[in-house]
Amino acid sequence: MDTLYDIMEKLLPFSWAHYNFMKNALLAILIITPLFGLIGTMVINNKMAFFSDALGHSAFTGIAVGAIFGIANTNLSMVLYATLFALLLNYIKRKRTLSTDTVISVFSSFSMAVGLMILSKGGKFSNYSSLLIGDILSVTLKEVGMLCIVLILTMIYWFLSFNKLNSVGVNISLARSKNIKTNIIEDSFSVLIAIIVMLSIRWVGILIINALLIIPAAASRNISANMREYHIFSIIISMFSGVVGLVLSYYLGTATGPTVVIIASLVFFITFLLGSYKSK
Amino acid sequence: MKVNKIKNTNPKGEAACGLHCIKIKDISVKVGEQTIIDKVNLHIHCGKLTVIIGKNGAGKTTLIKAILGEVKHSGSIEFMDLKAKAMEKLKVGYVPQYVNIDKNAPMSVYDLFAGYISNTPIFFRKSKKLYEQIRESLSIFDAEDLIDKRACDLSGGELQRVLLSIAVTPVPNLLLLDEPVSGIDRNGRELFYKNIQMLKDNYDLAMIVVSHDFEFVREYADHVILLDKTILKEGSFQEVSKCQAYIREFGGGQDGYSI
Repeated sequence: MDTLYDIMEKLLPFSWAHYNFMKNALLAILIITPLFGLIGTMVINNKMAFFSDALGHSAFTGIAVGAIFGIANTNLSMVLYATLFALLLNYIKRKRTLSTDTVISVFSSFSMAVGLMILSKGGKFSNYSSLLIGDILSVTLKEVGMLCIVLILTMIYWFLSFNKLNSVGVNISLARSKNIKTNIIEDSFSVLIAIIVMLSIRWVGILIINALLIIPAAASRNISANMREYHIFSIIISMFSGVVGLVLSYYLGTATGPTVVIIASLVFFITFLLGSYKSK
Repeated sequence: MKVNKIKNTNPKGEAACGLHCIKIKDISVKVGEQTIIDKVNLHIHCGKLTVIIGKNGAGKTTLIKAILGEVKHSGSIEFMDLKAKAMEKLKVGYVPQYVNIDKNAPMSVYDLFAGYISNTPIFFRKSKKLYEQIRESLSIFDAEDLIDKRACDLSGGELQRVLLSIAVTPVPNLLLLDEPVSGIDRNGRELFYKNIQMLKDNYDLAMIVVSHDFEFVREYADHVILLDKTILKEGSFQEVSKCQAYIREFGGGQDGYSI
């Protein structure tokens, strides 16, 4: 692992690159941002922005439920809880008795309230409040490795299921007529979002995670005409905002997450202007 | 017995032989206590165009979704090849009423189409072979020039022609169209009628269309079904338009133009 650090130090002759925590953070950013740029494309296409937001909010509940059942590994309890939550939302959505937005809103509020209630018992909530903004500077090399595995698995999933996922988003009946197992596709994608959100929320923060998921892809939509451009721009914008945001936050002494979101938002406004200029 | 094989000279497809039949038996759909479709029976042959008419809430879309297998239903759908005297699995094509493609969605017609017929992810690379194949499929409905356009920029009629090409690639046994002319202008409609006639003439498939367009029904339907939960009346448009239930729903008028 030291060789990795050495290489990075040689490549990056900056003062911030002397710190190992900055190197770890940079590595984490280089994995999380393409991951988010990738799945963000379909979160927007399939109108799941609200869904991913609700998932992020359920992180507290995951920790709380884990604490009750005595699961020491909070990552595990968060992933398990978010997976169940995602599948439950899909199930209720298919019943079609309420509008999707309403269903998500009610369930996410309830779930978050349960989590906050349990965690705040005895005035201990401040232990968990760091989860709100996240802290990428505390990421360890081992955790970076875990994120790397998630990225690889996601890419495999993407190659195998992307066309089907896209078809489900376009029109579910049409997808079914083409023999696509729409429920399996919807569920697997929801679970994938749940896993990614939960495993990165500690570094990115509950309040910011959805912005990182949505903004790069949204910016990419402003300037893309097809799926290839959509993916490439989304990933580039995501990585660019992540790296610039990290370095900027070092010099400005600000929290990394919000700094990244601001950079991504600026890119969004620029691409928006470019896009409307182009279409004229 | 020897069967004379007629060589198929039409490059676009094989004309209907009339020997494929689809039997829809006792289809019922219930949601909770409420019955939405009650014991619908239909017998359809390839090359025939069946049109479902009925007021709003009569269960037309639900019946289509039941045939698609999207809505839970009782009853059965059988597909027989009378030539081979064998049951086969029914392949259903579907042209939806709307698609969820946002205003600035970065999806070209090529992307949309390739997503259904290729396993190579559409974000990955554009295949030249696939591109030509899709152009050819689109050309059946005079839509080949749309291939590089964004799907969200198409007019209603253009999008419908693209969706028609997707639905008949590969050629299904039964093609379902749900209110195909809503939101399409006059010229688009003429073209649509032409395309439907072309499908009838050149393709070995049966069609079920939900429609409110009585001009279309009168001109092109081989069989008309007046639906309200169950089949109130079926037959030629002449026959259906004279029955009591039809006059009650849509008003009188021999030509059926009253709507």
